[in-house]
Amino acid sequence: MGERSNLRLVILSVLIISLMATLLVRLFYLQVMTGAGYRVAAQSNTVREVATPAVRGLILDQAGRPLVANRTSLVVTVDRVTLQREPDDGAAVIERLAQILDASAASIRDRLTTCGAEGAKPPPVCWNGSPYQPIPIARDVDAQTALSIMESRVTFPGVTAGLEAIRTYPAPFDVNAAHLLGYLGPVTEEALTEQGDSTAYDRLRRTDFAGRSGLESIYDAEIRGKPAVITLEVDTAGRVTKTLEGKPAIAGDYLVSTIDAHLQHLVEQQLVAAVQRAQAQGYPGDSGAAVVVDVRNGHILAMASYPTYDPAIWVGGVTAKQYQDLIDSEALSSNAIQGLFAPGSTYKVISTAAAARAGFSLYRKYQCPNQVKLGTQTFRNFESAGYGPITLKRAIEVSCNTVFYGIADKMWADAGGNDANRNSPDPIAETAKIFGLDAKTGIDLPNEASGRVAGRNFKVTNWEDKRDTWCANAISGYPETRKTNPEQADYFTALDRENCADGFRWREGDALNAAIGQGDTAVTPLQMAMAYSVIANGGTLYQPQLVKAIIGADGKVVKEIAPVVTDRVDLSRTAINFINSALQGVTTNGSGKRPFAGFPLGQIPVASKTGSAQVTGNKAATSWFASFAPANKPRYAVVMMVTQGGTGSKTSGPSVRKIYEGIFGVSGSTVNPTDSVLIGGAPLKKLPTVRPDGTPVAPKGKMSGQASAPGGGQ
Amino acid sequence: MSAFSATDASSRPPSAQRSRGRTYWREMDWVLIVAAVGVTIFGAVLVWSASRADMASANDPQSYLKRHLINVVIAIALGFVASRLDYRWLRAYTPIIYIVSLLLLLVVFVPGLGTSIAGARAWIDLPGGFTFQPSEFAKIAVIIMMAAILAEKRDFEIEPHDRDVFMSVGVAVLPILIILLQNDTGTVLILGSLALSVIAVSGARRRWMIGLIGGAIIGLLLAVQLGLLQSYQVSRLTSFLNPTGETGGATYSSTQAQIAVGGGGWTGYGLFEGPQTQGKFVPVNESDFIFTVVGEELGFIGSTLLILLICVILWRAIRIAMKANDLYGRLIATGVVAWLAFQTFENIGMTLGIMPITGIPLPLVSAGGTSMMSTWIAIGLLENVRLHSARSAPA
Repeated sequence: MGERSNLRLVILSVLIISLMATLLVRLFYLQVMTGAGYRVAAQSNTVREVATPAVRGLILDQAGRPLVANRTSLVVTVDRVTLQREPDDGAAVIERLAQILDASAASIRDRLTTCGAEGAKPPPVCWNGSPYQPIPIARDVDAQTALSIMESRVTFPGVTAGLEAIRTYPAPFDVNAAHLLGYLGPVTEEALTEQGDSTAYDRLRRTDFAGRSGLESIYDAEIRGKPAVITLEVDTAGRVTKTLEGKPAIAGDYLVSTIDAHLQHLVEQQLVAAVQRAQAQGYPGDSGAAVVVDVRNGHILAMASYPTYDPAIWVGGVTAKQYQDLIDSEALSSNAIQGLFAPGSTYKVISTAAAARAGFSLYRKYQCPNQVKLGTQTFRNFESAGYGPITLKRAIEVSCNTVFYGIADKMWADAGGNDANRNSPDPIAETAKIFGLDAKTGIDLPNEASGRVAGRNFKVTNWEDKRDTWCANAISGYPETRKTNPEQADYFTALDRENCADGFRWREGDALNAAIGQGDTAVTPLQMAMAYSVIANGGTLYQPQLVKAIIGADGKVVKEIAPVVTDRVDLSRTAINFINSALQGVTTNGSGKRPFAGFPLGQIPVASKTGSAQVTGNKAATSWFASFAPANKPRYAVVMMVTQGGTGSKTSGPSVRKIYEGIFGVSGSTVNPTDSVLIGGAPLKKLPTVRPDGTPVAPKGKMSGQASAPGGGQ
Repeated sequence: MSAFSATDASSRPPSAQRSRGRTYWREMDWVLIVAAVGVTIFGAVLVWSASRADMASANDPQSYLKRHLINVVIAIALGFVASRLDYRWLRAYTPIIYIVSLLLLLVVFVPGLGTSIAGARAWIDLPGGFTFQPSEFAKIAVIIMMAAILAEKRDFEIEPHDRDVFMSVGVAVLPILIILLQNDTGTVLILGSLALSVIAVSGARRRWMIGLIGGAIIGLLLAVQLGLLQSYQVSRLTSFLNPTGETGGATYSSTQAQIAVGGGGWTGYGLFEGPQTQGKFVPVNESDFIFTVVGEELGFIGSTLLILLICVILWRAIRIAMKANDLYGRLIATGVVAWLAFQTFENIGMTLGIMPITGIPLPLVSAGGTSMMSTWIAIGLLENVRLHSARSAPA
């Protein structure tokens, strides 16, 4: 049977040939047809990036004083991978660390826990980065501790002490400016999502810090710089086998702010003084804001908000308790750009401009009775004073409400009264809009509020939004309130029934309230400052700005940011001049006279308007003082307000006067520009110098703002 | 079993011995030798590349390569000896060799002597850090034992008695059972395939073949059913049968191996430059996954060259089996061919993701002394068969 054996051998050979052919085909498929995909996979297997953030750029004031700088801090980091190779998972190392760092072992363990892991504390505490990256567990460690850790590597495997740049606040003249400067925080999840699958070397990484508020946030891209990134090839054990690429860090650009630290300090101080003045009169005086604008270009020279907080609190991360305290104190948001307040009589500037635009005579006399009655409602003057027939200028000086009621009533009736629709003329609301009071000013700060201008259109929109709730309440009749207070429930129900039925209607009473900045109208102090700047500069609405230039860390100017004109306000020269002179009258002969008693108004005429805005609920009035000076050649607008602060004249006025005294170098009744808080008596035209090594050249001596370190610098 | 005298060779006159020596060198299959040496050198380079990263921190980065080369030298020497063994001597000692190899397989289970690597208990500890894998020698023992039984007192014209076939099946099954206990499924597959091939070429009746192949398939299905094969091994097998389907449950080794080979492209990253190889992302890439090194660093061209070199060995081996003028020699050659072919296919196949992952080396290429030696002994046996056929060919 040799045939059979031969045949079987041939079959075996064929089988073997087909097996080998199978291997070759499969090999061809893997390597040639689909090879590219595997190359990418091999790449990501072996390449690791080590990124070191660049040094963040400084934020300078207009004179070159650093408001935000960097310092190096000793940071202790722990490599969790090394720790886990310890027989006890590193428990002993953590114990030893806790001892030397004077912290609890549990708190160190919390820091080493990856966010999202079981039992992890919320983000500032838990670790948000890659588990393969060294995790910082203590910042600002003293040098002795750092040395003892570094010298006993055996006792502290995987623990390293190194230098890290962190933010510092040199605070020239003890400025605070927390709401302007902002703070850094870990990169948010949204920012990472927005960036997508970017593989750019300068992309945001989970461990990066980014500006979370203020200028740090708005100009984050400019001041962050580009990180140093070393691309390494590693093996399975994470050992480095090769350095593939190294990109050096590019330090972040410097911001030159329009803020003057000296003036900012004065404004902050005077805002606190105003608040204290309110409290001394028995008012709560719970919050406030102040803004100083250069009316010729929209530069914000100072801007303060009360209450405030220490910006350094964010450095190294806040504790949960610190954060809760910040939230509770309401100090985090800026009242100057985020707070909306009824403007009260300061709004009469808008009503006057509206009257001029609607064709009312600016020079005839208007009746100023002590009150007007409208159905069951009575609209009174402040302290129920009546002046008889007076000029419009005088009406502004003494802040006569009834004159403006009369004007508003005529406007309301001319537009069709109760039967007008949302598109009927509404001069006061329209004028408020062209002064920018219903929109964001566009300042280079995040989370700005847009104002609210009451008017026909607002009323209809508001009704459309709230109608369903009002109608539902009108039907249900407030059952909860009824249990305890049936009278109040009846009142609420009646109110909502009326609102449900015709809450869209712009009533006569609404029109009267709107004319004196009451009712639904609410604006930010910054918006008010920009609106007054329009009158001051003769009709230009600027976009306020806090940064006027960006300078490289090498001292070269990257770009200068030119003033931005938002709008040229459609208001006659005559009307502007009229309002200017009326506001000067307020200071010389009206409600602004008292705070400016003894001020050299002959040399420096001040245009001002007081406001004491009523607030719903059982609350004291909001004290406003809006102004600009010198009124004959306007340069600065200053607006200050204090909530529940009483009258504008008594509470905010004196502080505004002090600010002007500081700006112009006034002491008593003499003016000495060299005494100005501003170097040379005005904002500097020239940009501050940054040396090629990155050191800013700040003013020397008294003007450095540094008590112990003349010359400022870092 | 054998009635031949073992003193035959030494009783020849000196002149005849001299002429026989000359014949030896002349008649040897040089193509086979060159191919086998070529594959061995190729393998040594790959072992070098794979072990460099591991050994980089050692005192002597080349120490692993040096040990491999010592193994190669010993292996080639053993192959030379195997090629010069007298048939009659070999046949006479086959039962002893077989029994010794079975005993060695059992030694693995003796505590203190046996070692398990990667889940398989298949090694014997030797002094000096060396290990010995008795299942490698069991392959040779099974081949020569089966050949001896099936070819006894027969020539090509008579089909083997049922009793002999039955016995030869037993010869294969015994070590297979022991190796199954060692959890070394790869070697079981190889032994089964080579036993089937030897029985087939012995001319056993068709019903034997149908029965044995059927039994093997049922055994395989049972193994899957009883969970003896891991589910990923099953999914690998099914993915091979159904290449468009998704391969679920891919293991780390398999994925990394395919990344390495796939990344090689046409020409590879270059020797010592493969990121997967040098980064040690593929486990045991100096032995079981050695093919990933050629795949990644030398690409499709290098890999094809290696496979073709192995094909040359297989072609020469089949040729020797074809030309053998006695059944004994043919069956030995057949056993060796089946062994090398199936082991090569299984090893490269698992690297390429079309065969289940089992811990068997690539013959002549992988590091591992026992495998290198047994394979060179098998090459020696092939030469022996060829020389025997040449000598006893009709003059």
